[in-house]
Amino acid sequence: MLEARKLTLRGRLSGVSTSLRSDEITAICGPNGAGKSSLLQCLAGLLAPESGSVLLDGAPLATRHARERAVAIGYLPQHGEIAWDMSVRNLAALGRLPHGGGEAPVEKALTSLDLQAFSTRPVNTLSGGEKARVLLARVLAGEPRWVLADEPLAALDLAHQLALLAHLRRAAQGGAGVVLVLHDLALAMNHADRVLVLENGALAADGAPATALGTDLIERVWGVPVRWLGEPSARALVAGVTPPAPPARLRPAADRYKRR
Amino acid sequence: MKRSIAFLVLLLAVAIPLSLLTGRVWLDPWTTPNAAVILGELRLPRALLAVTVGGGLGAAGAAMQGYLRNPLADPGLFGVAPGAALGAVVSLLFGYAASAWLLPLFALAGAAGAMLLLALIAGRAGGISLFTLAGMMIASLAGALTSLAISLAPNAFATDQIVVWLMGALTDRTWADVALAAPLTLAGVAVLRLAGRDLDALTLGEAVARSLGVSLGRLQVLLVAGIGLTVGSGVAVAGVIGFVGLMVPHLVRPLTDGRPSSLIVPSALAGALLVLVADCVCRVLPLVTELRLGIALSLIGAPFFLHLLLKMRREAA
Repeated sequence: MLEARKLTLRGRLSGVSTSLRSDEITAICGPNGAGKSSLLQCLAGLLAPESGSVLLDGAPLATRHARERAVAIGYLPQHGEIAWDMSVRNLAALGRLPHGGGEAPVEKALTSLDLQAFSTRPVNTLSGGEKARVLLARVLAGEPRWVLADEPLAALDLAHQLALLAHLRRAAQGGAGVVLVLHDLALAMNHADRVLVLENGALAADGAPATALGTDLIERVWGVPVRWLGEPSARALVAGVTPPAPPARLRPAADRYKRR
Repeated sequence: MKRSIAFLVLLLAVAIPLSLLTGRVWLDPWTTPNAAVILGELRLPRALLAVTVGGGLGAAGAAMQGYLRNPLADPGLFGVAPGAALGAVVSLLFGYAASAWLLPLFALAGAAGAMLLLALIAGRAGGISLFTLAGMMIASLAGALTSLAISLAPNAFATDQIVVWLMGALTDRTWADVALAAPLTLAGVAVLRLAGRDLDALTLGEAVARSLGVSLGRLQVLLVAGIGLTVGSGVAVAGVIGFVGLMVPHLVRPLTDGRPSSLIVPSALAGALLVLVADCVCRVLPLVTELRLGIALSLIGAPFFLHLLLKMRREAA
């Protein structure tokens, strides 16, 4: 259980309380500047709130030893920086640093993300989608109980987005709690078990996707008229729809011929 | 990595004996008069000192580039070398350098002062950019104070002595210098190796490193201590020698697996080799006075730096 209790950070978060379950995918949504990344970093123990606290299994995260926290929580930032070129395997093995080593989990992570074939390739020769998978493999190699990822799908094409989500789903089925910051509301709607919507640093909604991402709430928080199309679990969001213009033939005849 | 270390050790094992024979006078141990004295009292300490200073600078450069995640970083950025140089210049200015031990001790005190100031300014938060800027500020302050000291020199002889010392050299060094610098440099390299794991984590950025349990504050302490010991002791016995810490990690990186931790020891070995060979070249060049080692390495280093810049520009385009 990962709990936030009245997390407050000036200008970014105001009194956010929630408790997240492992074996679920939780999506954090909200407009730009709503505090999504700040909330994720607080949950990961990387940002200290001015007031409030984060509890991991009932104990305050802030009092835990850094290594203990690192073993429990894997964090994937928005822009995956890789300063030095190294092999795929060596990069994934960085996830084992808090454990002091161990090869089997690295191999397992590489296998689960279909990266075995190029485990010796330098990461700089990979495409954006492959790099994103390697960076996720780094997190999974640490076998954390919580995977916290900031916009892990932003730079990926459709197929890679779905593939990565499938991997995260497998991690959740294996008992890990997965928390994702997502911009794409349709992905949150279709793939998350639970959605938190943030508005100006406060929780605007917290619940199952179908209830948390209702059109009224989206219109209020994002300020855009929207409609959901499609079946449950395969929804598409149409945004910015305005009422259709009246058909041309209903316009007065004089108006129709004026321009000729 | 093991293979690259073995290769560099082998090269050093060949280069050190060769360097003992190299000089203005090529030495034949069997026929040259007083060969034993020249070898034991002049060339051997000089070779060992070149290895020590180069090793320290190489390891410091590797750690520094890993820390700043920048292949153009140089240990000089932290202000340790200018601090040490200031200490040495002060000892020369007040004439304390007459005693063999005092100049290096003053230089070490200067390095320690720079390290302390750096730690005080950067505080415990551990932000890398603040730390770098603090280091640059200290470097520029130490540089200004060094210039002030030179301008205050009582006579032309003192000015000349200071300026020549600042150029960096290994001429006329003794076993006392080796005894001072070698243990400190070894300790410094050992401290930098301790930082290796944290530097590896830093490859993925500050936030990820922290999420992997790295304490940026502890890492800074290790780096300040390690770079202070290696660079500080190097400047104390050889003056300011630039570019080694910049060039060596570059040359060695392709031989390693890319992790900053696996770069530190090979860079120390390659730094030792580079300074040893450069010092031999300085001795052999047919000039009226011996070319100063610091100048020689800068003459090699500046074009190397330019080459790197142009390469980066090409890659960015």
